[in-house]
Amino acid sequence: MATVSLKKLAKRYGNMEIVHGIDLEIADREFIALVGPSGCGKSTTLRMIAGLEDISGGTIDIGGRMVNDLPPRSRNISMVFQSYALYPHMSVRENLGFSLKIAGAAKDDMDRRVAEASAILGLDELLERRPSQLSGGQRQRVAMGRAIVRDPDVFLFDEPLSNLDAKLRTQMRTEIKKLHAKVKSTVIYVTHDQVEAMTLADRIVIMRSGYIEQVGTPDEVFSRPATHFVAGFIGSPPMNLHEATVSDGKLVFSGGDSLPLPGQFKSKTSAGDKVVFGIRPDDFYPTGHGLSSGGETEVHRAELPVSITEPLGNETLVFAEFNGTDWVSRMLNPKPLKAGDRIGMSFDLSRAHLFSAETGKSLRI
Amino acid sequence: MKGFKPSAPFLLLLPAIIVLAAVVVLPLILSLYSSFTPFRLTRPETFFVFVGFRNYLSILSNADFWWAFGRTVLLLTIALNLEMLLGLGLAMLVEKATRGQRILRTLMMFPMMFSPILVGFQFKFMFNDNIGLVNNALQSLGLTQDAIPWLIEGRLAFIAISIAEIWSSTSIFAILILAGLLAMPKEPIEAARVDGCTPWQTFRYVTWPFVMPFAYIAMTIRSLDVARAYDIVKIMTDGGPAGRTELLWTLVGRTAYSDARMGMANAMAYFSILLSIAFTVYFYNKLAAARAQIGAEW
Repeated sequence: MATVSLKKLAKRYGNMEIVHGIDLEIADREFIALVGPSGCGKSTTLRMIAGLEDISGGTIDIGGRMVNDLPPRSRNISMVFQSYALYPHMSVRENLGFSLKIAGAAKDDMDRRVAEASAILGLDELLERRPSQLSGGQRQRVAMGRAIVRDPDVFLFDEPLSNLDAKLRTQMRTEIKKLHAKVKSTVIYVTHDQVEAMTLADRIVIMRSGYIEQVGTPDEVFSRPATHFVAGFIGSPPMNLHEATVSDGKLVFSGGDSLPLPGQFKSKTSAGDKVVFGIRPDDFYPTGHGLSSGGETEVHRAELPVSITEPLGNETLVFAEFNGTDWVSRMLNPKPLKAGDRIGMSFDLSRAHLFSAETGKSLRI
Repeated sequence: MKGFKPSAPFLLLLPAIIVLAAVVVLPLILSLYSSFTPFRLTRPETFFVFVGFRNYLSILSNADFWWAFGRTVLLLTIALNLEMLLGLGLAMLVEKATRGQRILRTLMMFPMMFSPILVGFQFKFMFNDNIGLVNNALQSLGLTQDAIPWLIEGRLAFIAISIAEIWSSTSIFAILILAGLLAMPKEPIEAARVDGCTPWQTFRYVTWPFVMPFAYIAMTIRSLDVARAYDIVKIMTDGGPAGRTELLWTLVGRTAYSDARMGMANAMAYFSILLSIAFTVYFYNKLAAARAQIGAEW
């Protein structure tokens, strides 16, 4: 059993507080992704769990045992670093077996476990090479192999894929997911890439400026973002977010244009409220070219000018001008469009979001 | 000059060749030649008497020379090892400093800024058995009753010289090793900590292999330095007492200028250079091996 539990965990450097007393419960064998923009405290949190940073406040329990004052070597964790952190003077075999050698494992036991890890990751042909003779992807695999060999309670990944090129990153992402299915350990995975977090994790923790904004499954954080920040951070292209004022059953935007106030928010707002209106590109589309085209319950139509288009093959991102700014929409079964064309656009208001402009919190339940 | 047309590159290099020949090649040839003669400065005509390998043969059977040779190797061994240990310690301490690292680095280099002659004088004063700082301190602290004859007893004099040598040059090791520590990526150390290493194991298996090439560079530089050690010894003991701290080059200097036996001195000098070459080759090989081991890209 390797649950991980953070209670009021804080990190301060002098007077600067980087992590502000966060609470998080991670279940055994769960794959958790910590995601957020740079400087949000996600790496610091991971390094505190690893024992590489001192804890300024609160506690960390691993497997029910408080580890605050234990050195990294006593926490039974493995960590994969962004820069791989291989030992440059050791061969791949020695890198993989190093932790076992330190632990004083028997030679045959060591050979067996190195062979297992090398088989899982396809490193057999590289065992006698040195890290400097490996490509980035191979180094990353060795780093993961080194983590597996220890058979730890918890795997910690610190942006392991960000030094790889796009193609390799997608490939390694799949490998990490397969790996988790095989080794069945608890995984805490730090990334700034929301796609990685969405594809890999059982639950996602979105952090911002040292606070946790939301914890939820990929579906929850995508469909029901708790805050305006999460809404803008998760999803690609990002949600259209624009400030508006509630007025007489309408949302009036700063440029003067307006939309009807979605029905579900009528009881939750009153005239004069400052809000942020959000709608995903999937729910704002050229009429007849949307996901739910035909099945909408509450739709607002408008004819808008196209400013630019980004064709992606199976779909096209259409930037339509509304209220003086570009709103991005996703056009399925695309047909050719050019800048300046006026097309009919649909706002699927039943799927729109509304956030308080003051607190940033969602006005949905 | 009919028919002789030297090429432009040759002409352009000619000034450099002439200068080099005059200041390096010619003296080298003359000194090598003189090592095959019984040349004495007081009797110039001996320069033209060729005696073949007689000087070299007499060196081989000269006990004083071999003592000096052995003592030089001993000083090299002691000084290099202690300097490396101390330098490593210093470098690791300075690397840990979170503030004032620049000042510490500058302070660390102070001993290198003094002329070795002055270092010799200073330590000669400090180790003086009557008025020296060392004896004074030892007696005031009650550690000893009698004055210790630092520069008068052979073995103590050798120790005193080693201390002066180490004091003045430990910083070379410290600076180079510190450069290595600062250049070292921090992640492998963190990885080692997570992998279960104690601080000592982290140093032994991760830090040290990385810093080793830097230590070998310092070793190469310092082995050349110590193999030609002269100034500190000349000032502190002048090879005394009774030749008990005589090193290769103090012996060469004495033979050449006090005894005026320049032919013999040159033979000794050429022989001594072999020692330097041997050490340089040895440490260079070590350095190359250590660099290959960490996959260094420099």
